[in-house]
Amino acid sequence: MHTVMRDEAGQPGDAAAARRAAGELEAGVLAVLQAAGRPLPPGEVRERVGGGLAYTTVVTILSRLHAKGLLQRRKAGRAYEYAPVADEPGLAARRMARVLDGEANREAVLARFVSGLSSADEDLLRRMLGDPPGPDGGR
Amino acid sequence: MHLAVYLPLVMPLLAAAAARPLAGRLPPVAATWLLAGSAVALAAASSAVLGLLTLTALIRIPLVGAAGEMSMQVISRRDPASVPVAVAAGVLLAAAAAGACRALWHRTAALIAAGRQARRLPGAGQVVVIDDEAADAYTLPGWPCRIVVTAGMMRALSHPERQVLLAHERAHASAFHYLFTTAARLAAAANPLLRPVATAVGYTVERWADEHAAAVAGDRRLAARAIATAARAATAAPPRRAEPAAALAAVTRPRGMRGAGPVPRRVAALLSPPPPPRLLLLATAVLLVAAAGASALEAARDLNGLLEFARAVGTS
Repeated sequence: MHTVMRDEAGQPGDAAAARRAAGELEAGVLAVLQAAGRPLPPGEVRERVGGGLAYTTVVTILSRLHAKGLLQRRKAGRAYEYAPVADEPGLAARRMARVLDGEANREAVLARFVSGLSSADEDLLRRMLGDPPGPDGGR
Repeated sequence: MHLAVYLPLVMPLLAAAAARPLAGRLPPVAATWLLAGSAVALAAASSAVLGLLTLTALIRIPLVGAAGEMSMQVISRRDPASVPVAVAAGVLLAAAAAGACRALWHRTAALIAAGRQARRLPGAGQVVVIDDEAADAYTLPGWPCRIVVTAGMMRALSHPERQVLLAHERAHASAFHYLFTTAARLAAAANPLLRPVATAVGYTVERWADEHAAAVAGDRRLAARAIATAARAATAAPPRRAEPAAALAAVTRPRGMRGAGPVPRRVAALLSPPPPPRLLLLATAVLLVAAAGASALEAARDLNGLLEFARAVGTS
């Protein structure tokens, strides 16, 4: 309880912490929980993340990540304990989609193998490769 | 200042018109270097000329002239550029600088985010297969680049086709294609006339990777088929938030290859023999860009000469 009150009073570290982008904080918290290998209560997450984060900030980040389906939690005493959802590759995909969707440059940064086809492009491909018309009938 | 000063301002129009034909005719490696290099050179030359034209307006302000101890008589007699032209140039230059800074900021942020993501992907290998039903594959720029392929895309392709896809993405990663596309995009942000050139660079790096993959597989037709299969799978199970290219392209009915999207053009290129070097075409394009650069330099020397003369008269 003492921790909570002291942090809410506003520590010098808070200003610096606030400058860090929310996304970066979320990523840091995720990394901590992944490295931990067991569910952690917010207090322990806060210690491991470092950087003088307020306890309430950590709780907010944890509940936000939980709402996004990136963390699972269970009741442990009066607080929750948080752990990453189990599937690592699936998590990586979701996290990546979130980070990159926020960027206007997403398409420009990723070298994507193929883009989607218009129906005219599909017809063109079929003719070039000498394939039979598709189920919807090549116009 | 004579008319040649305007050459760097006109050249981007020519480059914009020539970009797509050049991207289709030149071998992809040469086309990528030429187009990305031209975009950067022309953006620099056109910005430099705008800067020079702006400067000619500034030195006409008596206070500035006096501060530089220049003869106003010399400056106004030589009449370097009309005031409206110089003011327009100043406005354009400010817009160019703002556009370039904004694009640099966004692109750097996106590259850092992607690089961070590339490091955090699970596993230690270059290739990561993620458990996603959507058919998607891309190279994530970073240090090193990571190649992401969805399970949906893996399932859609046969074994040899997968080898083509991986060879294609490895070419992106090992030749740092994102540096070319980034350079061209930044140039286009400074000078929006160069946008078609940046788009063409996006296409030529794909062609570069396609040709590499075809060479690795030793089978151009297999490479063409892999791209077609992947594109069909991506259309059937599109990745989240994919660009609405399909919807957009469906409106403009292509006649032959003219209006075709990038995928059919890449497939058509692979079904044809590898493009010849076309050194004459390449040399002509390089010369034209060099001429624009030279005329920007000449204009700078011209203005410098005028300033020195004005100062010599002003201090004597």
